Amino acid sequence: MLGRAYPRVVGGNREPSWIFFETILPLLSIAAYVFIYKAFLTDPSRAATVNALVGYVVIGGTMTAFWLNVLWSMAAQLYWEKEVGNLQLYMMAPMSRMALLGGMAVGGMFMTSTRAIVTLVVGVYVFGIVLSVGNPLLILAVFFVTLIALYGMGMMFASLYLLYGREAWNLSALMEEPIFLLSGFYFPVGALGRMVALGASVIPATLGLDALRQLMFSVGGAGAKFYIFSPEVELGILLVSAVVFLFLARGALAYLENLAKKEGRLTTRHQ
Amino acid sequence: MLKCAAWLGWEMESNWTEPGLFLIYSIIKPVAGAFILVLMSFVALAVGTGNANLGDSALFAYLFIGNAFFIYVANVLFGCFQVIQSDREWYQTIRYVYMAPINYYVYIVGRAASKVLIATMATAVTIAFGVFALRIHLEMPLWQIPVFIVVMFVGLLCVVAIGLCLAGVSFLTAKHVHGLAEGIPGLFYLFCGVIFPLSVLPGWGQSVGRALPITYWLEAVRRLMLPQSQLAGINTGLEGTDLAGIIGLLAVSTAFFFLLSILLFQWTEHLARKAGVIDMMTNY
Repeated sequence: MLGRAYPRVVGGNREPSWIFFETILPLLSIAAYVFIYKAFLTDPSRAATVNALVGYVVIGGTMTAFWLNVLWSMAAQLYWEKEVGNLQLYMMAPMSRMALLGGMAVGGMFMTSTRAIVTLVVGVYVFGIVLSVGNPLLILAVFFVTLIALYGMGMMFASLYLLYGREAWNLSALMEEPIFLLSGFYFPVGALGRMVALGASVIPATLGLDALRQLMFSVGGAGAKFYIFSPEVELGILLVSAVVFLFLARGALAYLENLAKKEGRLTTRHQ
Repeated sequence: MLKCAAWLGWEMESNWTEPGLFLIYSIIKPVAGAFILVLMSFVALAVGTGNANLGDSALFAYLFIGNAFFIYVANVLFGCFQVIQSDREWYQTIRYVYMAPINYYVYIVGRAASKVLIATMATAVTIAFGVFALRIHLEMPLWQIPVFIVVMFVGLLCVVAIGLCLAGVSFLTAKHVHGLAEGIPGLFYLFCGVIFPLSVLPGWGQSVGRALPITYWLEAVRRLMLPQSQLAGINTGLEGTDLAGIIGLLAVSTAFFFLLSILLFQWTEHLARKAGVIDMMTNY
């Protein structure tokens, strides 16, 4: 696991231009979304509301880094490895395939965290967001459990993506904006309606964002009527999701290995 | 030549799946993007004014139309500057295409044409959703239709020209397609007043926006499609310039970028040939 995490930890910072692309450029779209709220809410008496909504955007924008990493560097990774000819080496190596996926996840979390932290700090500073942190331990717990659940989902997708062949790229592309919408990356998810929000809770980012927003801004703030559950309940659901996704990832991997042995075309490229 | 490249682009875009699924795929992303704005506006109006009826909001119509036409910018820019890197790094066919007796500049324009088609479908669906589901009121007298067609043509020419500038730069860069694909449209998204009036930006941001042709393209499209009574209530930051002036600025900046794209493309191509990196593989 450490062996697979290592190249992501080291390699992620080897090309300086990537750091620019992955920290500064996401701020552009975050800024654009921030100005929507500022355009609608010009009344100075609404300053607290604007602060909370802008904060929601910055936190959501920070979380996009993790979601994009899950899609492109977890879910699509085994597909890329197949295309460049590494997959057979992984399969032949005397190691657990779950450890391989686990290493990808740990390395990905580290690599993305470095970028996400910069985006968050710069976003909070540039937009002058006032945070109201009452329970930092709960915030950390929600954040890390959300990451584990998200990357567990990514580990599951990694195996499934191999089955989709050339559609993998398009599948990842398809899960960007629609998931930003369903998980409420830029607005409180309850605005979608309670039933839709509950359905979207299958994606760990939905509950993670909802809980983090409640914990970082006063509950009586802008989005209070749009929250789904209390942060404690959401943490519980996320814990269950994390375990379920890790088991599903294990199952998907076993299914894939079995299929590969039967059909003998796991490493066939360009299909 | 242009037709062949456009056909190739379409085949490469769509050959991974069934036509119906491809159509859904092409439309669902931009429509989801539009929905994000719908929900953000809904939340802002609900918590700000208590009246969350989007159809009543002139500002919402303004940003919705801007966002719908920005689909062209994101698609066409990506369509242009991913050609060289995908042919070079992914398909590894650039040496064959480059050696063929064709104009490579025109080849890239052709490849981008498929993106224009896809963007047109997505924009049409987004606007139809806005009109029928969100009750956005559009108004375009018959005499404005030819003007609208001209504005669309010039605007798209401008976007393609910017894309070709970036394509030229990508001759010399490692595989940074995703960074560029996100970053450059992101700049336009922020500074061109796509989803908010230019006047919301700080002074220096407004100056940047006024220097970008896409600002004028979107402004012209809005003035041609939205009722004047609605626009009158919004401080767009460009009220001092009439429609003819806006179109004039768009035409001049398009001509500038078109010329720049030819010169920059030739220059970067020359540098790439000189350095022997036309078919380089980044390998990381």
